[in-house]
Amino acid sequence: MKRVLLFLPLVFAVAVGVFLAAGIGKDPTKLESARIGKPVPDFSLQSLNDPEQLLDASLLKGEVSLLNVWAEWCPACWDEHGYLMQLANEKGVRIIGLNYKDQRETAFRFLGRLGNPYQQIIFDPQGSLGFDLGVYGAPETFVIDAEGVVQYRHVGVVNEQVWEEILLPVINKARGKS
Amino acid sequence: MRYLTALMFLLALAGVARAEVAEVYDFETRAEEQRYRDLIAELRCPKCQNQNIADSNAPISKDMRDQVYRLMREGASDDEIVGDLVDRFGEFVQYKPPVDKRTIVLWAFPAIAVIGGVLIVAGVAMRSRKRDQEEPALSQEEKARVRQMLADKDQQS
Repeated sequence: MKRVLLFLPLVFAVAVGVFLAAGIGKDPTKLESARIGKPVPDFSLQSLNDPEQLLDASLLKGEVSLLNVWAEWCPACWDEHGYLMQLANEKGVRIIGLNYKDQRETAFRFLGRLGNPYQQIIFDPQGSLGFDLGVYGAPETFVIDAEGVVQYRHVGVVNEQVWEEILLPVINKARGKS
Repeated sequence: MRYLTALMFLLALAGVARAEVAEVYDFETRAEEQRYRDLIAELRCPKCQNQNIADSNAPISKDMRDQVYRLMREGASDDEIVGDLVDRFGEFVQYKPPVDKRTIVLWAFPAIAVIGGVLIVAGVAMRSRKRDQEEPALSQEEKARVRQMLADKDQQS
């Protein structure tokens, strides 16, 4: 009995080691969204293309979509844009853009150079919808299900690996439900 | 003297840098202003993770300070204001997580560690005292042998 007790510190050290090792490699800057499982907050904002057209949360209902938060001033948005074009054109993914704290002219310049993968773009110069969504750094990409409920939020660039390993499984699950 | 001038110059610059963070908000009373300062000091910036929103220059921190101010004007309580930001950005923005089922281990751990340590030390101390009482370190026979050995050694040297 006493001999078994002598192994306690070893067991304890191994347990702490496993616990700490699990934390290595996790990116502490990627936070889980507090909005998961909640509907997209109500908003009423202009369309980027047409100031006369007001968009609201019904835009994100009816079909599973990606809501991509982007801005011309955001360097990583330039990096991911090519892959978003690919997703929209080759894979037929419905992507809604949220132009975040940007200006119309610079946003158009960005789209003019890199193309437009978005079915519709919400123009949010004050970042009000972004704030309600808990956006803390563009680019961020939300998976919204057909009922308009946030299923996932990815912070950072979307590339093939992120799509295959993270976003696609979430989207398939969301599609399976509806 | 030259050092003093340089130092004063640097101090003046520091003042300028500090002033950038604080927007100008109007408060009706000193107490309200202090409440605002306390609130923004205990909320954490999600972008620049080891700063509170009072110290951070990130645009998101400014938006959060605006929101705190706006909610204060609307008469929200401290809990409502913190809750509003937690709803958007997650519990990460609170430096002090709430005490609930998931965080109870975190909160109770220091107490558990201290009590555990005290118990272990007390256990070890009591056991050794008990042993001392039960069996004296050396029996009469052994004591005699020790005396014998020491005597032998004295003779040899």
